[in-house]
Amino acid sequence: MWYLCVFYHRLLDYRRPEVQSLAELFGGPGAGAAVEWRMPDNHHEDSPFHLVLLPGDERLAAQIANRSLLVKGIYELWGHGATYDELEKAIRAYPDERKLPYLTPESSFKIVVDSFGKAVSFEEQNAIIKRFTYIPFEGRVNLKKPDHKFFVLETDDYGSQNGLPPVSQKTVFFGRLVGAADRHVVPTYELKSRKYIGPTAMDCEMAFLMANQGLARPGKLVYDPFVGTGSILVAAAHFGAMTMGADIDIRVVRDGRGPHCNIWSNFEQYKLPEPLCVLRADNNLPPWRPGLKEIFDAIICDPPYGVRAGGRKSGGRKLLKGIIPPYIVPDEKRENHIPSTAPYSLAECVHDLLLLAARMLVIGGRLVFFYPVLRDDDVADVAKFPEHPCFKLVSSCEQILSLRYSRVLLTMVKVGPYTAEVERIGEERHQEFRENHQKWMEEGNLHSAVFSPAEHDGKPKFDKDSKPKYRGKYV
Amino acid sequence: MRLLTHNFLASNVKGVSTGYPLALEVAKTSIKEVELNVDFLRGILPKIDWRALFAATSAAGFPELLAAEQPPEAELFAEGAADVEGSAIRRLHHALLEIHVEEGTLVCPDSGRSFPILKGVPNMLLHEDEVRH
Repeated sequence: MWYLCVFYHRLLDYRRPEVQSLAELFGGPGAGAAVEWRMPDNHHEDSPFHLVLLPGDERLAAQIANRSLLVKGIYELWGHGATYDELEKAIRAYPDERKLPYLTPESSFKIVVDSFGKAVSFEEQNAIIKRFTYIPFEGRVNLKKPDHKFFVLETDDYGSQNGLPPVSQKTVFFGRLVGAADRHVVPTYELKSRKYIGPTAMDCEMAFLMANQGLARPGKLVYDPFVGTGSILVAAAHFGAMTMGADIDIRVVRDGRGPHCNIWSNFEQYKLPEPLCVLRADNNLPPWRPGLKEIFDAIICDPPYGVRAGGRKSGGRKLLKGIIPPYIVPDEKRENHIPSTAPYSLAECVHDLLLLAARMLVIGGRLVFFYPVLRDDDVADVAKFPEHPCFKLVSSCEQILSLRYSRVLLTMVKVGPYTAEVERIGEERHQEFRENHQKWMEEGNLHSAVFSPAEHDGKPKFDKDSKPKYRGKYV
Repeated sequence: MRLLTHNFLASNVKGVSTGYPLALEVAKTSIKEVELNVDFLRGILPKIDWRALFAATSAAGFPELLAAEQPPEAELFAEGAADVEGSAIRRLHHALLEIHVEEGTLVCPDSGRSFPILKGVPNMLLHEDEVRH
């Protein structure tokens, strides 16, 4: 059935993929791909008003909306029009058998007036509600806990002042609420009240979106190979998934900031089940038993790509470069030896991540991770993201971070088993990708691309006006 | 570290071909309650090396917890078994997910390299001279 899906006006690129992921989660395999979208007349894609075709019954629509973070409401649309007269015509024409079950004398109801891009005063709201006397409501009004909530949603024919391309025509929608996001998780889990966080802890709203993309739910095992303070696993655990994490930095995973301020205390704080394991390991040399495969249902992570935090891997920097000859750690120093590590380039990091996911995800399991993109990148879109023969790209959602770079949340699904042949093709694709992206995939290059001085030979290197002002991805 | 993790970990020191199963030496354990999820156990069971799990439960101080041989799936996943105190599935759940090794050591069977477990976190990181290139 087609519904009106109204989004929060934020993280625009993340909104449709979230709904589709949740359709897959609640509706079973294939349900996400079966979702269809349309825009109401005269609405730009970045408008919060979308029309969505969801498989299954209304229960599925409610489940999707209730678990989401970006769906302000999914409504059964009773009518819409450019004016209230047009709206009346549309509502009158809407079939009675769809309307009457929600208007019965024994039910209670409430009408809410909401708007986008304009403010509606209390008096105006009352006047709007009074127009709907032509709908034969027989139930009682209950403002606190109504059985049915009806929404009047108004947009204005505003100009472009609020950052969106102008909507050429005012639209009024009238619909019955089916489900809406519970955004209480955001204040509950926000980082500022979390006991233990690091400089790159994942923002809680984003972590929950990632957990939704990863289809986290009870009975599933979610792994984060760059766990840090556990900010992504907290979101997965909130949705009932079992969690596991690893990090190369032992101070973060083992010690934290003391016995009551560490990765475990973050789970205790929210009364969530703690991770099944947190281990100190190097993603470049994962310590898994030979032959072990297909154990994780999702791998969700924010790899260190060298802009805010750089990755590290085992083996000394000088040793790997051959500046110093190989050496043996003397036995008497072995116990408390702190192994030196070397920088872990983005190219290697992504390669290892895809390899790990190809081996350790179950078929149908999802790999969800952030990937940095330079905004002046002129590489054709097709080759933009890393690829692997085991994976199919489900969605890519851009979040612009600065004039120079964005991060893209990639969601991939594992479609085939990991075999020696697949490993060979994967290796080839990686080499190709690496060559195409040579200029910034290597150690330190992304960092300098993002942070190098803006002046170049006296001229600003980046012209603010060279990029389209409106990308719809800033909010 | 839960025994589920122990079951998956191996030593990847240079020159070692399998490095599995790691011998478990336990100094301190605790029990962390985890909600039993039958579907999770059904999915993960085929990935479990039963002999390594059995050895680990003994090493952790629960020698009677599991049978030496893996019970048939029909018994493990019998209708309602999850609600019966002491059933095979309950014991499997306890062994895999609730026994938590706080302090101890994992020892590589091939090289004898030991990996310390401190505050529940096994340290699997290699020294520079143990890394394969």
